[in-house]
Amino acid sequence: MDRIYPELKEIVGAGFVSKEPEELFIYSRDMGTMAPCFPDVVVMPNSTDEVRKIVLLANREGIPIVPMGGGLVLSGLSRPLKGGIVLDMKRMNRILEVNETSRYAILEAGTSQGMLQAYLKKHHPKLKHSIPDAPPVATVGGNVLIHGSGHLSHAAGFHSDMLNGMEVVLPTGKVVRTGSCAASPYWFSRAPLPDLAGLFIGWLGTTGIVTRLAIKLFPNRSLSDVAVFLTEDPELVPDIIQRITGLQMAEDITAWMAPKPAWASGFQHVIVNYAADSQEELTWKRRLLYAAPRKYIDDRTGGFMPLPPNMKKTFLEAPATNLTVFADVKKGGGFEYVGAIMPIELFAQAYRLGIDIAERFNTTYSTGARIIGAGHCMMFFYAYPFNRADSLDVQRAQDALEHTNRMVLDMGGIPWKAEAPAQKEIMKRMDPDTLDLMKHVMAMLDPKGIMNPGNWEPAT
Amino acid sequence: MEHAEILHRCFRCGYCKLPGSYMDLNCPSYLKFRFETYSPGGRMWLLRAWLDGEIKTSPRLAEILFSCATCANCVEHCVFPKFRDDILNAFLAGRSELVDEGAVPPAVRDFLKAIHVNGNPYKLPQKDRGNWAHGLDIEPFKDQEYLFYVGCVGSYDERGKKMARSVAGVLRDWNLSFGILGLDERCDGNEVRSVGEKGLFRQLAEQNITQFSDLNVDKIITLSPHVYHAMKNEYPKYGAEFEVYHYSQMIERLMKKVPLKPKGEPVRVTFHDPCYLGRHHQEYSAPRKILSRIRNVRFVEMDRSKEDALCCGGGGGNFFSDLLGQSQDSPGRVRVREAVHTGASVVAVACPNCAKMLEDAVKAEFLDDQIRIMDLAEIIRALTET
Repeated sequence: MDRIYPELKEIVGAGFVSKEPEELFIYSRDMGTMAPCFPDVVVMPNSTDEVRKIVLLANREGIPIVPMGGGLVLSGLSRPLKGGIVLDMKRMNRILEVNETSRYAILEAGTSQGMLQAYLKKHHPKLKHSIPDAPPVATVGGNVLIHGSGHLSHAAGFHSDMLNGMEVVLPTGKVVRTGSCAASPYWFSRAPLPDLAGLFIGWLGTTGIVTRLAIKLFPNRSLSDVAVFLTEDPELVPDIIQRITGLQMAEDITAWMAPKPAWASGFQHVIVNYAADSQEELTWKRRLLYAAPRKYIDDRTGGFMPLPPNMKKTFLEAPATNLTVFADVKKGGGFEYVGAIMPIELFAQAYRLGIDIAERFNTTYSTGARIIGAGHCMMFFYAYPFNRADSLDVQRAQDALEHTNRMVLDMGGIPWKAEAPAQKEIMKRMDPDTLDLMKHVMAMLDPKGIMNPGNWEPAT
Repeated sequence: MEHAEILHRCFRCGYCKLPGSYMDLNCPSYLKFRFETYSPGGRMWLLRAWLDGEIKTSPRLAEILFSCATCANCVEHCVFPKFRDDILNAFLAGRSELVDEGAVPPAVRDFLKAIHVNGNPYKLPQKDRGNWAHGLDIEPFKDQEYLFYVGCVGSYDERGKKMARSVAGVLRDWNLSFGILGLDERCDGNEVRSVGEKGLFRQLAEQNITQFSDLNVDKIITLSPHVYHAMKNEYPKYGAEFEVYHYSQMIERLMKKVPLKPKGEPVRVTFHDPCYLGRHHQEYSAPRKILSRIRNVRFVEMDRSKEDALCCGGGGGNFFSDLLGQSQDSPGRVRVREAVHTGASVVAVACPNCAKMLEDAVKAEFLDDQIRIMDLAEIIRALTET
């Protein structure tokens, strides 16, 4: 590594390369429970050309290279499992273009959610993007590439579904484009070309480094509101969701279940965010929404919750800060998180699983779900807080996480942004020919195996 | 280490790096260095690792800790209400540990030495301390209602002296009963405190408290928000019982009684909130009221203002150590670029450190022909007449 250090400094400038113990310590871990893996060097490029030069260098030397966005996945995906270079992409944070007519934005990959949110608010107030509930320093690019979801996911699906195109530095140093921008100056769509974006989404940085991307934008309506439907019976939730998603009127539908605060215990909260351009439209939507689950109101198995203004504000907040604050439940600065993508009919089973695991591992919990598309699937999450200063508690949260991953797979769901051990669990259950295809794709794109090695690597 | 009990509670979520609008990076040291280590969360985790013996004392660790501008953006925007008030205190405690180890950055060491040896960071003689007031015809403090305390930057720095003279001139012209200490003034110690030298700060504070008490000082007006903070928040811990005002608060009060006529052409002005007046004391209104009462000021806010204001980079000892300088991402340079985007031709300031930092930034950005840095009193004198 000492040999390439001067070359890295030459590429990005001396101030943006470090092999100091302080940087190696911080970049060896994230906020979850995965064990630290130390990089040899941390580099912060400022352009596609700098990324390309770094990749060529890593390729020449056979050194692992791990791209990192906000570093907030909690599953340790930007830990360099086999050492090498961590590439912190956040200096590449320019918003390059907003197309108001075709509703897309072209961004550098390190652009944060918060920065785009603020930029649109100021310069294009009639547009917005789908905001995940990660903190606002999370990068747009990172969230798209892990199949994230957010506040417009009922309207438009996973964030990866909202991707129009990308510029990618391949592990061999070639710079390619996917989507319409490969053949047009416009970044309007992934159709009608072969969808090469699939070579890079969900691969956890093992196939290339995305340097630019275009995402879809959506109308930012002037009025917004939220309604919360409550029931104590988790078996009813899929039908309640079916009824509400059938309206195709909401922007975001989530569910939330937790034993604390006391008033929330035992309830399934189905939270529906919707928006309108006029009071009349908002009222009309509210009426439709309130009518959709009427059956359960009539038979007294459910009802809409009265929302005081401060609570409404909390439910309308994007990103939701209270999800981050969950990390302080045990005064310990952390929580583990399994987000599992699964069909909606598994809701009740998934919920009971969370309670069973919390009891088994003697921990508190928060569970919930985000509905993807018009009720097409859901991201069901399990969050287990831990005290970072208590190694036994950290281990307990990690055990709960691993157990949850296995149980989710048994149920028919698939862990989202899975940490390396969970990836192996997924691959164990994967159709062998599909797994073989994955290996071939990785070998074709990355013949030297330098890209985030240790991820999507089957157990030997 | 004091406040060690909160270090592990930081999730490193990063809200502390941003303003409330999330529009851009608002932590001065993270803005310049960009490594996660230089963010508030990075400091929290590194301090914990250092206390646990996972990393050692090093020049890098010292730079990371001492490049914090103590601007309190992290305290303001942290989403963890149960410990956020102590984030900055934890950083200062970490600095104190390094001071005790003798492991501070060389520039910080030189700053502390200068205070020890010369009584000021400029290594200038004490006899020159009152020179800023030459020709202003201001009385030494005897039994006037207020003591006007200018501090080291107002006493020795050329930009600070100019500002001190403007403020004193306005207070004099508006017939406020006040006096100054001149060459008998001593360092207030706020920057000494903020680099973690608790012993020296205590010594300076007690020395000043004794002097003020001996002179029967009841009310103090400070030029610098940094001094304001020290005297209002820290000196009471050592027995001080003075009323303390920042000069903007006093001018705002006096302005109600002074009929002012506009002078010259209207000027588009924006205001840069000093951290030690704004986030540390929530005083956002006095400077804005002053500007609103000057009829030919056309006021415009920057995107980041009040609790979201970007620090000039001169707090926490960085005014003297310059750990945040020498980069196009130095906070002062970013701040003046932001000010230019408002279309303002003047950035109003209320702190001598900010005045100097931003004036240097204007030069570094070659923006001299587009924007000027003026303190509130300088604006009053330039744009009004009685």
